[in-house]
Amino acid sequence: MANTGSGVWVVAETRRGKLLPTAFELVTAAKSIASQRGETVTAVVLGAAEGAEGLASAGAAKVLLLEGLGEFADDACAAAIAAAAKAGAPRTILLSSGVFGRSVAPRLAVALNSGLGSDAVALELDAEKRLVVKRAAYAGNVTQKVLVKSQSGPELATVRPMAYPRSAVNGSHGTVEKVQGDVSAAKGRTRYASFAADASPELDIGAAEKIVSGGRGLGDPKGFELIRALAQAMGAAVGASRAAVDSGWIPYKHQVGITGRSVRPRLYMACGISGQIQHMGGMKSSDVIVAINTDADCPMMKAANYAVQGDLYKVIPALIDAIKQARG
Amino acid sequence: MPIKIAVCVKRTPASTSVAIDAAGKVQTKGLPHGINPFDEYAVEEALRLKEKLGGTVTVVSAGEAEAEEVIRAAIALGCDDGVLLSDPAFAGSDGSVTASVLAAALRKAEAKLVLFGKETTDGASGQMPAFTAAWLDWPSVIGVRKVAAASEGELTVERLMEDGVDTLTLSLPAVVGVIKEINEPRLPSLKGKMAAKKAPVTKWTAADLGLDAAKLGAAGSPTEVVGLEPVPARPAGLVIAGATPEEKAKALVEKLKEAKFI
Ligand SMILES: Cc1cc2nc3c(=O)[nH]c(=O)nc-3n(C[C@H](O)[C@H](O)[C@H](O)COP(=O)(O)OP(=O)(O)OC[C@H]3O[C@@H](n4cnc5c(N)ncnc54)[C@H](O)[C@@H]3O)c2cc1C
Repeated sequence: MANTGSGVWVVAETRRGKLLPTAFELVTAAKSIASQRGETVTAVVLGAAEGAEGLASAGAAKVLLLEGLGEFADDACAAAIAAAAKAGAPRTILLSSGVFGRSVAPRLAVALNSGLGSDAVALELDAEKRLVVKRAAYAGNVTQKVLVKSQSGPELATVRPMAYPRSAVNGSHGTVEKVQGDVSAAKGRTRYASFAADASPELDIGAAEKIVSGGRGLGDPKGFELIRALAQAMGAAVGASRAAVDSGWIPYKHQVGITGRSVRPRLYMACGISGQIQHMGGMKSSDVIVAINTDADCPMMKAANYAVQGDLYKVIPALIDAIKQARG
Repeated sequence: MPIKIAVCVKRTPASTSVAIDAAGKVQTKGLPHGINPFDEYAVEEALRLKEKLGGTVTVVSAGEAEAEEVIRAAIALGCDDGVLLSDPAFAGSDGSVTASVLAAALRKAEAKLVLFGKETTDGASGQMPAFTAAWLDWPSVIGVRKVAAASEGELTVERLMEDGVDTLTLSLPAVVGVIKEINEPRLPSLKGKMAAKKAPVTKWTAADLGLDAAKLGAAGSPTEVVGLEPVPARPAGLVIAGATPEEKAKALVEKLKEAKFI
């Protein structure tokens, strides 16, 4: 049975009453598909969230608030979205590919009898206007195109954060509808107990436009004070190589790379990072790469758009001064 | 109370520098392979849970006959036995269909707690834990950096999120995906290596699992890889010139200003 649905849905993730900005990236991605098929975009928001109405003036023809969900439990979220999708019958559903998307999208796919393409860096349509997901595999060394053959259910895809720009407020006026989320299929098997916010609420690397990362070349944990100072001057988030994380210089959540996190900032500044393939796999699709390294021949210096040879302990302080001067 | 734990592992190429052949397929034959590095953390956590709760750990892998190597490698670390899911009918299955095979095997093996690593180094979708749980209709959680409490009936875990840490309690049976932060994997002992040679590895096919061949393999999968291309190396960039760190810093800031990063 073919997919008879219509329209592109985006699932807007919320955290403790706040809408995450990836929702606006998903709206941009959804519009690119919907416009080619003459369809509209619906934003499904999990729980009543601050800022959710903003989606209705940024390109979503409809905002559907699923109420009564509580904090993020995989099965409850998937159950509520699946129930709404059965009622609303979209042709395509997009989610962001962070922990949330990886947790929920597969459950949705099984519940809705759908195909799921994961972690798209771009979405396309084939000649029959079916969804094709462009994604990276083998640590970013291979680009795959995956056709989502919708069966009876909608075609599903998760989209990598930062792959699409955020949709701006454009004066459109979508409707806002509230419905009670139906979580009965989850059978109450997951209980959300508590949340512990990060001690220092730094910019998260997953959603950062700019990242300054430090590696083994820092030599000791104090080096991250310098990295943080540069990050602050740049308005950037702080990343790290595995060597720096394994040395205990900085917590794991800052680790960039295949065993850490995949990032796609507009600017990635690698300081004292040699650029081994496992690190590159997590960041080489960044728009612009800057490398600061004593070794002009290391892979990171070769991959960089701007390669600065030198001791980071000399270059970074000079850089911070120059940035301050440039800002006036 | 003892508990039946299973850990799902995949045999993956040890290198991610792979070639694409004339037929447009990724060529991995002949490359050195091993257990997917992320899965080592899942194996370790399974062993720690067994040490705490008692019970057994079964290693489950879907793949070609060679996947038996990684099953035995996990047994050498202390797992009790293994199940190899191998059948030409499975070839070309996408993530969802592969998970349906794993789910059928886990049900047949009567597992109560199933562990996965974060993702594989080849496909890297990170979706197998949730897919498998969905087919089993069990609760699941991924991104787990700590098992805070475990009993026969439920599991309390810490999940690393982008903004902090969630604590959740799941009733068993359940599927858990772990991340590298959770533990430091052990090395195999000599005794373990000896045991691994003799340990039972059961082989199940689609027929053993009662699976419908029409829903397996490339033809039974709801997604299809329609294109593969190597990612071109980034073009050579600009070496920032300057006699001193200050000069280089100034020159770099000029470039960053032009690109509107400053
Ligand atoms: C299965 C597996 C998974 C992995 N996953 C990851 C991952 O997710 N992320 C990751 O990062 N790594 C990962 N690694 C590790 C990876 O292979 C490298 O070991 C690691 O990335 C090296 O980190 P580094 O570049 O900081 O250190 P090094 O390779 O030691 O590089 C240090 C660099 O600093 C430079 N340097 C030294 N002093 C200075 C100075 N004063 N000023 C400027 N530059 C200086 C050196 O020239 C050198 O280039 C993984 C490895 C394996 C096997």
